[in-house]
Amino acid sequence: MTSPAPIAEPRETPRSDPAAVPALSIEGVSHSYGPRRALMDVSFNVQPASFTALLGLNGAGKSTLFSLITRLFGIQTGHVAIFGHDIGENPGEALRLLGVVFQPRTLDLDLSLTQNLLYHAALHGISRREAAARSAELLTRIGLSDRAGSKVRDLSGGQMRRLEIARALLHRPRLLLLDEPTVGLDVKARADIISHVRQLVTEQGIGVLWATHLFDEIVAGDDLVVLHQGKVLAQGPMSRVITEAGAQDVNTAFMRLTGAQTMPGGSA
Amino acid sequence: MSSITTQDAPRGFSASEYMTCLTGIVWREGLRFLHQRERFVSALVRPLVWLFIFAAGFRQVLGISIIPPYETYILYEVFIAPGLMAMIQLFNGMQSSLSMVYDREMGNMRTLLVSPLPRGFLLFCKLLAGTAVSLLQVYAFLLIAWFWDITPPPSGYLTVLPALILSGLMLGSLGMLISSGIKQLESFAGVMNFVIFPMFFASSALYPLWRVQEGSPYLYYLCQANPFTHAVELIRFALYGQVNWISLAVVATCTIVFMIGAIYAYDPSRGLARRGPAGGEG
Repeated sequence: MTSPAPIAEPRETPRSDPAAVPALSIEGVSHSYGPRRALMDVSFNVQPASFTALLGLNGAGKSTLFSLITRLFGIQTGHVAIFGHDIGENPGEALRLLGVVFQPRTLDLDLSLTQNLLYHAALHGISRREAAARSAELLTRIGLSDRAGSKVRDLSGGQMRRLEIARALLHRPRLLLLDEPTVGLDVKARADIISHVRQLVTEQGIGVLWATHLFDEIVAGDDLVVLHQGKVLAQGPMSRVITEAGAQDVNTAFMRLTGAQTMPGGSA
Repeated sequence: MSSITTQDAPRGFSASEYMTCLTGIVWREGLRFLHQRERFVSALVRPLVWLFIFAAGFRQVLGISIIPPYETYILYEVFIAPGLMAMIQLFNGMQSSLSMVYDREMGNMRTLLVSPLPRGFLLFCKLLAGTAVSLLQVYAFLLIAWFWDITPPPSGYLTVLPALILSGLMLGSLGMLISSGIKQLESFAGVMNFVIFPMFFASSALYPLWRVQEGSPYLYYLCQANPFTHAVELIRFALYGQVNWISLAVVATCTIVFMIGAIYAYDPSRGLARRGPAGGEG
């Protein structure tokens, strides 16, 4: 934390302003698996209508963090809130506003696309008729309406991901989490998914937390959280993170930040 | 923070949202079952093998005296039919637990658990769905058994239904409780060896307990303590329009205990949390 960023920070408005309720707020979260500490005092916010990239190598603690936000694990220390609803105290209201795409595929391969969507809608208490209408609309949007009745098993990896994103949007969440959604996809499928999600941010004002270890998925204007060995090393708008690390690009900034951590006695 | 949250005041969930969720889970479980035809066939073949082969062979060896709820001498086939019905539910319960381990490894479980509805309710829906599937299997078995001269009174097909629902819930929640403690799919062989076989053989499914008592008093006590025995007896009596109150009490109590245990084990701050990252850790 050397010199303050020269750029104006419109997003860091005081928290008392109601307009500034973060889509996701993580405060002082630590998590251990027995003796192994997976997360250490992690704090950051994701604002509505913003694209926040959670950057970290494999094993940095990204998936643990996702499991905590989605209540798959109980929170040991700290607080996680979605639009002000604490996930521990009021999980129903918090999860209602949350859409999530996990890294492992979570579709029913033997069911059709529509059946997968209807099942998800039922889990959110959305009536059958409403669910059918929304499913049809979303399938059209992701360009798979002609495949509505086929089994998910017959889809390509990219199509499955698109379906998973559509599914995550079915209950109209205002925060979307994606855990390395482009892993294993070809270049075109990757580009499709990234542009689709960015559209959601700009057109629908959804707050997005996108976990990745691929630097080329981040663009100027994104918010960045650098997670390494369970700790947040840097956060803020991408340009500021790069400047503060004294680097020219994300790649170098990331290497400097994490290199300084891994080498004992290394200077930041 | 309370002032901030006014825009999203908690609105809770309506009864119709709960119903939608329940029907959705049962519907999905039914669809999955229909897609797994081998599972249906093997669920039927297993008890039929016992009925057609084992029972036919054993008929001469084992004499059955008149014991309640039977009012006449009965064939051995007739005696073991309720035990086989319970066996179908036992396998189904364990198979559902296997599919939960599979779902957890594959990540499907997450789809269920990130639903905003209360987790206890979600797991209860899952249990009901599994029980519904087991009912399909049991009635298909009864249909075939009817041609094999297993002919309980016609009203018995109706009176056995509540007993089957209760025993299905008990065995399903036992399976769910076990699944919460299993880390990997491979452990299912252990479930076969240490749960299914002992429960089935140390019960009144294949032989009346008074015969067991003659042979080994200790085994008799073990059978008496086995909840599966009581599931079998509950079904046996209900099939003949009677209630075995002791069995009903045991099965109901076990259902509640297993269900609370399973819900507790799947609580995010306890069960799964202790077990480290599920699925791909990044």
